[in-house]
Amino acid sequence: MAPTSDEVFQKVQEALVDALGVDDDEVTPEATLVGDLGAESIDFLDIVFKLEKAFDIQIPREELSPEDILTNSQYVEDGKVTAEGLVELKKRMPWANLEEFEKNPRVQDFGNLLTVQDMVRYVESKLAA
Amino acid sequence: MRWLWLDRFTEFQSGSHATGVKNVALDEEALDGYCPAYTFLPPTLIIEGIAQLGGVLVSEHFDFEKRVVLAKVGKAVYHALGRPGDQLRYAVRIDSLQENGAFCSATSHCDGALQAEVDLMFAFLDPSRFGEESLFNPGDLLGMLRLMNFFEVAVDAEGRPLAISENL
Repeated sequence: MAPTSDEVFQKVQEALVDALGVDDDEVTPEATLVGDLGAESIDFLDIVFKLEKAFDIQIPREELSPEDILTNSQYVEDGKVTAEGLVELKKRMPWANLEEFEKNPRVQDFGNLLTVQDMVRYVESKLAA
Repeated sequence: MRWLWLDRFTEFQSGSHATGVKNVALDEEALDGYCPAYTFLPPTLIIEGIAQLGGVLVSEHFDFEKRVVLAKVGKAVYHALGRPGDQLRYAVRIDSLQENGAFCSATSHCDGALQAEVDLMFAFLDPSRFGEESLFNPGDLLGMLRLMNFFEVAVDAEGRPLAISENL
């Protein structure tokens, strides 16, 4: 039986507490991994490993970090993701809430986009696959 | 002083696990100032020794082509100190190999008793951010492995003795 959203959240929370050395109560659904929880690029390696172990899933690198889209001149213009690029991002990351990002889609802001809730939705999409 | 915190490899299976020993000696400089009235190996150097064992394990899996660095200590629990005269027996196992890093879990035993438990995360230096310079001077890593009896015990995944890699 698939775990409930609460169960997924608890395990994601546990992985983030372990990987980032933050307190349980800091890991709220709205918290951003980079800005609020202080995740650095090296921490994503650790987060991915912990989620793979906790949920017995495989997480390919490009699913969480769509660098190929963000560095592709076809999808980026003047440092901003184009409408076409946004369509690609949504296709790649249907679980991510891109609403705020879409208002001013500067590539440099993409790194601070993902929230804890996005991670929960991502894991749920993997478990449902 | 050599920055080697492992004395000898005792077992090495490519891509899987490795064991090694560290003999703690009273004449080691690192013990002098750490706690002079009650000497013991600084626990961080137990992590370093285990990381050297694990770093070679991960690096060898990629035929020494990746520049493997210790990126994070996920867990370090000590059950006892490593005192002069102790022989610490380290055992490292690869838990996961990823495209840009690896995870290992390790133990240290002394006289058959669990002395420490350590989880390590290694990262591979990305040439686009950190250049392409080797972490070792030519021949240094090979020399270190020879000093540590590596080639006497190292076998590949099928149990055949490891040849000396061209990348060393």
